[in-house]
Amino acid sequence: MAMKNPAQRSSLISPRTIEVLTKSWAYIFLLAIVVFFSVTGTGFFSIRNFSTILTTSTLVMLMAIGQTYVIITAGIDLSIGWTVGLSSVTTARVMRDLAAGGSDIAFAMLAGIFAGLLVALIPGLVNGILVARVRVPPFIATLGMFGIVRGAAFLLTDGQQVVRGLSAELRESLRAIGNGSLLYYLPDSGFHWFTRPPDLEPQQLRQLQQLLPYPVIITALVVIVFAFILARTKFGRHTYVIGGSEEAALRSGINVQRHLIIIYIICGLTSGIAGVLHLFRFTAGAPQAGEATLLSSVAAVVIGGTNLFGGEGDIMGAVVGSLIIAVLQTGLVILNIDSIWQFIVVGVVIIIAVLANQLQATLERLQANV
Amino acid sequence: MSEAILTASGVSKHFGGLTAVDEVDFEIYPGEVVALLGDNGAGKSTLIKCISGVYRPEQGKVMFNGEDITHHAPADIRSRGIETIYQDLALAENLDVGANVFLGKEKTRRLFGLIPVTDDNYMREEASGALDELDIHIPSLRQKLVNLSGGQRQAVAIARAMYWNAQLVIMDEPTAALGVPEQRKVLALIRSLREQEIPVILISHTMHDVMAVADRMVVMRRGRIVANLPRAEASEELIVRHIVGSAENGDNAVMI
Repeated sequence: MAMKNPAQRSSLISPRTIEVLTKSWAYIFLLAIVVFFSVTGTGFFSIRNFSTILTTSTLVMLMAIGQTYVIITAGIDLSIGWTVGLSSVTTARVMRDLAAGGSDIAFAMLAGIFAGLLVALIPGLVNGILVARVRVPPFIATLGMFGIVRGAAFLLTDGQQVVRGLSAELRESLRAIGNGSLLYYLPDSGFHWFTRPPDLEPQQLRQLQQLLPYPVIITALVVIVFAFILARTKFGRHTYVIGGSEEAALRSGINVQRHLIIIYIICGLTSGIAGVLHLFRFTAGAPQAGEATLLSSVAAVVIGGTNLFGGEGDIMGAVVGSLIIAVLQTGLVILNIDSIWQFIVVGVVIIIAVLANQLQATLERLQANV
Repeated sequence: MSEAILTASGVSKHFGGLTAVDEVDFEIYPGEVVALLGDNGAGKSTLIKCISGVYRPEQGKVMFNGEDITHHAPADIRSRGIETIYQDLALAENLDVGANVFLGKEKTRRLFGLIPVTDDNYMREEASGALDELDIHIPSLRQKLVNLSGGQRQAVAIARAMYWNAQLVIMDEPTAALGVPEQRKVLALIRSLREQEIPVILISHTMHDVMAVADRMVVMRRGRIVANLPRAEASEELIVRHIVGSAENGDNAVMI
């Protein structure tokens, strides 16, 4: 056993404390900014605002879930922003056309969701084949797919920013879920399940609280499923093995090619879910629905402690990272700070995240050698 | 002497016009540590790869435990108990010891009797047992391999081979990247394999290692075996003369 470094003993903060701080800094940081904005921003600390933040975070969070899998294998998927749009547009078109053709609204919606999720698997599949079988670097393969999916999404809207011609009835049904909540609370009349209480005065409407918005519930379910798969199953374990050493994975008999293809498909799927949900929330199929959130999804994953070089990370990190971004966005708006600042703040946070991860790795090594 | 566990007879392998291995006869007996020596390009690695199935020899036969394994697939040869530990060890350094011993063969249990999940405690305990058998102590089994020393990682690779019932271990330059205390540990590991009657083929450039653990020295030169010496008959100088090719023509003036 090596001698203890005297400098370590005399330092004010114990190495153990630093280790805890670097390991869970994202959680601590999230808590800190929530406290900060709650103290400084009027209206930040409210159920209504928290429910807004959670709902806002779902888009980035869903993309970040798939992105986490890909990044753990030392890859990256740059195409998913447009996969979100492609899925949103496809869902909108199928719903619109089926509804216009006289189909039952519920059937049209189910068929649309199905089509939207299915179409999102295609870029994932192609990305996976390119990366795993053709050995195209993930950055290049998915950059190519970025352009292809972008074009495909706009072709489906004939170059328009939205899918036109959604009937009022369809929009209303979409909104009921996309902007709905499983549980409402109205100070006058208490809790209401599934739908908002009817015939509200404008005054009451302002007091109505959404306790469990549907997009948040759906996202939470997706988080639970994919967090479980990654952390507890053989599939998840093999994902880490491939990220740690592809050579080791191959020699231990893991079917690396098939595994990578499935992972890029998963990434397409969670982006597809994001696209469908986007349509439900905004009632307009939009090709550019996920354009701005692609980099946020990578940022969320990195802030959450996932290593861009692969082998390390988890879904909870991506969740916390997505929440940090959403809290910063909402908080800065409430403080009336120009929204341009959020880019700078998020950028700084990403860099801090990477530094914290490096520090943590160094500390782990030091601890192991003491 | 008992039966050889592995016999290679008349094995040849060419690459284009180059004869990498030229009608080589090689055998190893249970509990024996054989050092395979030779200069770069002498054919050591090619011979090993003909045994482990990575290369298909054009001529000759490889028998293992009385069965012909010539031209079998590497995975099949591995499953029969010939484990090759390469220099890079093929470990996932981002995972712990348990995960690495069970790499690709993870033990699962059913959560709520339904969903199969990895049984990490079981794997950790089994790995710990395998390390105990090799007399290796790793401070924390939850530690990622990246935080372990080179010798400890080597131990994990060997423990994995042993756990899955290796009957012959081939090691390619196991001490090359290690510091002196770590080298000693690896040599101790090789001895403990021998004590368990598991034969080891050791490829090494480090004469000191070879003299310390090998029971027999096999020297290759230009694709042929030029010397096959029991430990008692081998001296460092004699081996070097065979490696550089001055032993055959009786030239004593060797520059080292």
